[in-house]
Amino acid sequence: MARKITYQQAINEALDQEMQRDPTVIIMGEDNAGGEGSPGEMDAWGGVLGVTKGLYHKHPGRVLDTPISESGFIGAAIGAACNGMRPVAELMFVDFMGVCFDQIFNQAAKFKYMFGGKAETPVVIRTMYGAGFRAAAQHSQCLYSLFTHVPGLKVVLPSNPYDAKGLLIQSIRDNDPVIFCENKILYTMEGDVPEESYVVPFGEAAVVREGDDVTIVAFGRMVSMAQEAADALQKSGIHCEIIDPRTTSPLDEETILESVEKTGRLVVVDESNPRCSMAGDIAGLVARKVFGSLKAPIEQVTAPHVPPPFSDVLEDLYVPNAAKVESAVTRVAEYT
Amino acid sequence: MSKTLNREGLLEAYRTMRTIREFEERVHTDFATGEIPGFVHLYAGEEASATGVCMHLKGKDCIASTHRGHGHCIAKGVDPIEMMAEIWGKSTGSCKGKGGSMHIADLSKGMLGANGIVGGGGPLICGTALASKMRGDKTVGICFFGDGASNQGTILEAMNLATVWSLPAVFVAENNGYAETTSSSWSVSCDNIADRASAFGMPGVIVDGFDFFAVYEAAGEAIKRAREGGGPTLVEVKVSRYYGHFEGDQQTYRADGEVKKLREEKDCLMQFRRHVTADGEISNADLDAIDSEVLALINESVVRAKADPKPEAADLLTDVYVSY
Repeated sequence: MARKITYQQAINEALDQEMQRDPTVIIMGEDNAGGEGSPGEMDAWGGVLGVTKGLYHKHPGRVLDTPISESGFIGAAIGAACNGMRPVAELMFVDFMGVCFDQIFNQAAKFKYMFGGKAETPVVIRTMYGAGFRAAAQHSQCLYSLFTHVPGLKVVLPSNPYDAKGLLIQSIRDNDPVIFCENKILYTMEGDVPEESYVVPFGEAAVVREGDDVTIVAFGRMVSMAQEAADALQKSGIHCEIIDPRTTSPLDEETILESVEKTGRLVVVDESNPRCSMAGDIAGLVARKVFGSLKAPIEQVTAPHVPPPFSDVLEDLYVPNAAKVESAVTRVAEYT
Repeated sequence: MSKTLNREGLLEAYRTMRTIREFEERVHTDFATGEIPGFVHLYAGEEASATGVCMHLKGKDCIASTHRGHGHCIAKGVDPIEMMAEIWGKSTGSCKGKGGSMHIADLSKGMLGANGIVGGGGPLICGTALASKMRGDKTVGICFFGDGASNQGTILEAMNLATVWSLPAVFVAENNGYAETTSSSWSVSCDNIADRASAFGMPGVIVDGFDFFAVYEAAGEAIKRAREGGGPTLVEVKVSRYYGHFEGDQQTYRADGEVKKLREEKDCLMQFRRHVTADGEISNADLDAIDSEVLALINESVVRAKADPKPEAADLLTDVYVSY
């Protein structure tokens, strides 16, 4: 039975159901319950934005608060995954990967290959990304391209509540290290989500909207921006096909390439900075593999090559929006 | 104790603490109206720490701060008018509106920035102190960090490095009892953060952070040692914050009446006033006059911050590189 819940509730439900199903699933992170050792209430926060609220009391002993020691507890989650557990560790803001990246990319990501295929590291690292909260340069970045660059990591970017639940359950059951990237602006987004447990498989893009004129490949929160732009463009007779890859590693190349072969025109919408980004990666893929189908230069809509600014006027200019997508699509559609 | 500071020094200390308090109380009030964007982490309650330490510093000395950085900024001489504009996201702010509350900095004042990354400042202060040592100019570097950061590898690595290189550095652990919601009595593996000092080969001292004079004295000794080439010190300041981790935090993890009791019984401004007026060196009227001047300054900072222009669209793309 589907009912409307938020992206945040969908994530909480996925964690709850997997903890019920599998006793090896544990949760850890800074204030994932909150109030440890303090004189007031336990489960005071349920994570800084309340995503894990309630799980502490439902699953005694399996929701662990941690000191502020990202290298320590992210590494510990990886170690526990090597020893029979399925930890879901929360790296509060993705920006904090800077503190613990060694454990992620030199340790977790390498074990399987470096140990001749004999190791499995079924850890999930949940992390918030994205601008829009006026949280400035160290709390607003989109760093999924960096994780995608590293072989051995799987990288997941849910764009809606349904995918958030199904992809998180798949992440927990998956036997590789998974970086599960949650856009903090999307936490309040509502959508139809089945009550029962289900998985959304990795490496299968969603064709969010079908159209013959221009392909838009959009990531995470940018899928909503693309839909808004496509609605407006439809009125002027431009029909967009929107593809949400859902995971950047593995990447469903086939769905993207087939769409571009049909439309001949591509706009990539990626909230991250443009250099060495998903936008550049997708553009490169299409140029390399279906160059002959292209009828127009590829357009990218991304943040500029600057850190996220604090002031609201600057941050609003920084984040891609529907109007920017609309004008990029129009340029591509009108190119002859 | 107040004999170590003359009348002028006492009034300066009071003015700094009062400015921090007034600034933070005003941000607290204005944040509640929804006009201030983003997140703010207030320093109210901890004023004696920043003030007691920074009273010993000169312009070329450096400090590194935390996400709870407004007090450190004011104590190190950053202009409150520019700070308020920054918090309001205006182009006249300390960082032209690009940094916000969590990233206020003024390198011209030796203030290396509030920091959004817990424990980020430790290694940086090793660097400034290394530069001080290599130049031989007797300047020092102070790393302010919290009980949360005391468990970060960066802080532990920095303390080790500071001793190994015998750096003119002081590590000031402001233990306000909570890392977000988590008690430092749980998250710190030993009884006191200062207990870790011996493992890093440096002196460790504990002071009451509500007592300006205790902080002033302990910091003075540590800074003097650093200036004279005696190496680093770890000073743990036991204190508390009057507000939540950030504004909007409901603080259900705290005990009922906890803050009220602290304000009534321990408040640093109250204790300072009682102490200096008892000696007869300073009158209540002297301090009241400072209160009025500070209130006028903070009011002005808000009036200007509200009226000041926001950044221009073109500002989005500037300041990324010196040249490219």
